[in-house]
Amino acid sequence: MTDTTRARPSRRRFLAGAAATGAIASTGFVPTRFAIGGQAPVKVGILLPYSGTYASLGEAITNGMKMRIEQAGGTLGGRPVEYIAIDSEASPPQAPRHTKKLVIKDQVDFLVGPVHSGVALAMAKVVAGRDKPIMIIPNAGANALTRGQCARNIFRASFSNWQTCYPCGQVMADDGHKTVVTMTWKYAAGNEIMAAGTELFKEFGGAVIKDIRVPFPDVEFQAHLSEIAALKPDAVLAFFSGGGAIKFVKDYAAAGLKDSIPLYGPGFLTEGLTEGQGAAAEGIKTTLHYARTLDTPVNRMFLEAYKKAYNKEADVFAVQGFDTGSLLLQAIDATEGDTGADASPAMIEALSAAEVPDSPRGPWRMSEAHNPIMDIYLRQVEGGVNKILGVASRDLEDPATGCKLDT
Amino acid sequence: MDLAQFLVQALNGVQYGLLLFLVASGLTLIFGIMGIINLAHGAFYMIGAYLAYWLVGLTDNLFLAILLGIPIAVAVGLVIERLLIARLYDRDHLDQVLLTYGLILILNETQKILWGSDFHGVPVPEMLAGSVPLTENQAYPVYRLFISAVCLGVAAGMWLVIARTRLGMMIRAGASNREMTSALGINIGRVFAIVFALGVALAAFSGMIGAPVSSVYPGMGDRVLIISFVVVVIGGIGSVKGAFIGALLIGLADTFGRVLVPDFASMVIYALMALVLLWRPQGLFGRAP
Repeated sequence: MTDTTRARPSRRRFLAGAAATGAIASTGFVPTRFAIGGQAPVKVGILLPYSGTYASLGEAITNGMKMRIEQAGGTLGGRPVEYIAIDSEASPPQAPRHTKKLVIKDQVDFLVGPVHSGVALAMAKVVAGRDKPIMIIPNAGANALTRGQCARNIFRASFSNWQTCYPCGQVMADDGHKTVVTMTWKYAAGNEIMAAGTELFKEFGGAVIKDIRVPFPDVEFQAHLSEIAALKPDAVLAFFSGGGAIKFVKDYAAAGLKDSIPLYGPGFLTEGLTEGQGAAAEGIKTTLHYARTLDTPVNRMFLEAYKKAYNKEADVFAVQGFDTGSLLLQAIDATEGDTGADASPAMIEALSAAEVPDSPRGPWRMSEAHNPIMDIYLRQVEGGVNKILGVASRDLEDPATGCKLDT
Repeated sequence: MDLAQFLVQALNGVQYGLLLFLVASGLTLIFGIMGIINLAHGAFYMIGAYLAYWLVGLTDNLFLAILLGIPIAVAVGLVIERLLIARLYDRDHLDQVLLTYGLILILNETQKILWGSDFHGVPVPEMLAGSVPLTENQAYPVYRLFISAVCLGVAAGMWLVIARTRLGMMIRAGASNREMTSALGINIGRVFAIVFALGVALAAFSGMIGAPVSSVYPGMGDRVLIISFVVVVIGGIGSVKGAFIGALLIGLADTFGRVLVPDFASMVIYALMALVLLWRPQGLFGRAP
C-alpha cells in the first residue's frame, strides 16, 4: 500500500519502474558509495489519491509528472529517481501521518501532492519552513495555500480556486445576464470558487439571488433544480467535479432548465467529462487554465505522447502533473543535482522565478506567492468537446492576500 | 413556497424516497430478513453500476445490459455466500462486519482493475429520454418516473415473495429460528444462499437501473451503504413495509430539509433517524424485542 503507485501497468510505466528498481538495487546495499558520486537516487515523495472517487486524478497527475521526467531522460539532475508513493485516500485526517512518514522517515527531497485541499492544508503544516523537502502541489486549489498559509518551500503548479472562476463573472455579464443563482457543494473549494465567480458579476451590477449549497459529496440535486426553476434567474453558476459534475449537468438538462437558464462554471464542470455528459453538456460555458482542444504545437505533442504512453486521453490533471515534473527539473538543474540541505535556497530561488514555457496549457510563470500566473480560457462545449472561444483573462494572478514570505 | 412549488418538491421527495427504497432493497433482504450485517451492500451497488456501464458499451441497450447483468450478480452473490458468508451464520455480528468490510476493499480493487478509475456516464435509453413539462419552465425526466415505477414493482414483488410464497415462509421461518426450521426438513442453507444472492442481485440491479441518473465512479457505493442502513433501521429490521415507509419518509424529509433549512440539510435525515429510534427503538415496523 505504501511503496508503489497502485495504478494499472503500462509498458512505459513498467520500463520506468524497472529502471528505478534497478537504480535502487544498485545503490540500495551500499548507499554511501554512490551518494558521494552524486548517483544516489533523488527521492520524490508522492501523496496522491489512488483509490476512491479521486483515484483518476491521482493517476493522471502521476502519469503526467513521470512522462515529463522521462522526456528529460528519466533522471533529475543526472541522478536516477526513486518515487515513494502513498495513497492519500483524499483523507485529511490521515494526511499528517502520511506526510511525516515521507518527510521524516523517508527523507524525501521533493514532496508532490495532493489533490484534495484539506489534505494540502494538513501537509503544508508539516512541511512549511523546512529546508527539505520542497513541496509541489499538483492540484489542490485552496486559496490559503498561496495566501495566508504560503511558505517559502511550497509551490503550486496548478491553480488557486479563485483563478478558475474569477473571469466567470465577466463572461456572464458580457452575455447580458443580470441575476444569477450559484450552486455547489458546501465545502471550502465550492465556496471559494463561487465567491470568485460572482465577484466581477456584482461589480458589473449583477445580483446573486441565492447561493444553493448541497451537502458534500451528495449528488441528489432534484430539490434544488426545482428551486432554481421557481427562482427563474438569468443564469446559473455551478461547480461540481467528477461523477457529481456528470450527474449535475445531466440532471440540469433533464429538468428542462438548460435552454431557459444557461449554465456557467469553472472548467472542472465539463473538462474531461463531456463523453459521460453527452448532449446535456452542449452549450455550457466555462473558464479554466486548460482545454484539451487548445491548438498549440506543445499541447498537440503532449496529448499524443500521453496517449501513446498510457493509452488514454490526457486531462487537465495530467497537465498539472506534467508541469509539476517541469518544476522538479528546473529546481534540481539549478543545483546541478545537489539536493542537500545547503542546496535548498538555490532550488527555492530557481522555483520562485520559474517560467514554464513548454506547458500544454500555454506558457506560465511563478508568482511571488508561488502560484502560477497564467491565461484563463473561455470554453464552450460544442460537438462533445470543450471548444476554446478565447482568453477570458490574460496572465491572471491570484491576489495572494495575506501571503508573507520570509525569504 | 407556494402550492405549486410544494407539490413539485413533494414529488421530488416521493421520487427520491422510492429510489432510496430500491437502493436499500437488497440490504432489507440480507440485513433485515437474514440478520447478516452486509457492509458490502454499497460495493455490490457500485459493481452493478459498472456492469451497466460495461454492458451498455457492448450491447448499446440498457435493458439488455440489465438482463445480462443480473445473472452475473446472482452468480457473484452465490459464490460469495457459499465460500464466505455461509461460514458466518453462527458467528457474531463483529465477524460479519469484518468479513464484509474486507469484501468492500476487494470489490473496490476489482472495479479498479477491471474498469479503471475514470468517471463515466450511462446514457438514458432512447425511448425514456424525454421529459414531461411540470411547471412553466421545469420538466420532469421520464426516466426518473420510470425508476419510480420500477421501485413500486420491486416493493410489491418483495412483499409478495416474502408474505405469500412458500419460499417466503421458509425465509421468515429460517430468520426467526434456524435450528427448528432445518429440523422440519427444510434445507435452510440453500434458502439463505438464495436470499443472499437475491439481495446482491437487487443491489446490483439498483446500481444498473440507477446508472443513467447517478453516473458511474469509484467509491459511489459508500454513501449508498450509509443511507441504506438508515432506511432499514428507521423502517424496523425484518420489515419490507417498514423499509418502504422509511425510505419515503427519508426522501421527503431530505427534500424539504434542503429547501426549508438548507444550513442543516445534511443533518435532517439523521435527526429523523434519531427521533424515530427514541420513539420506537425497534424502528417503525420492527417487532419489539
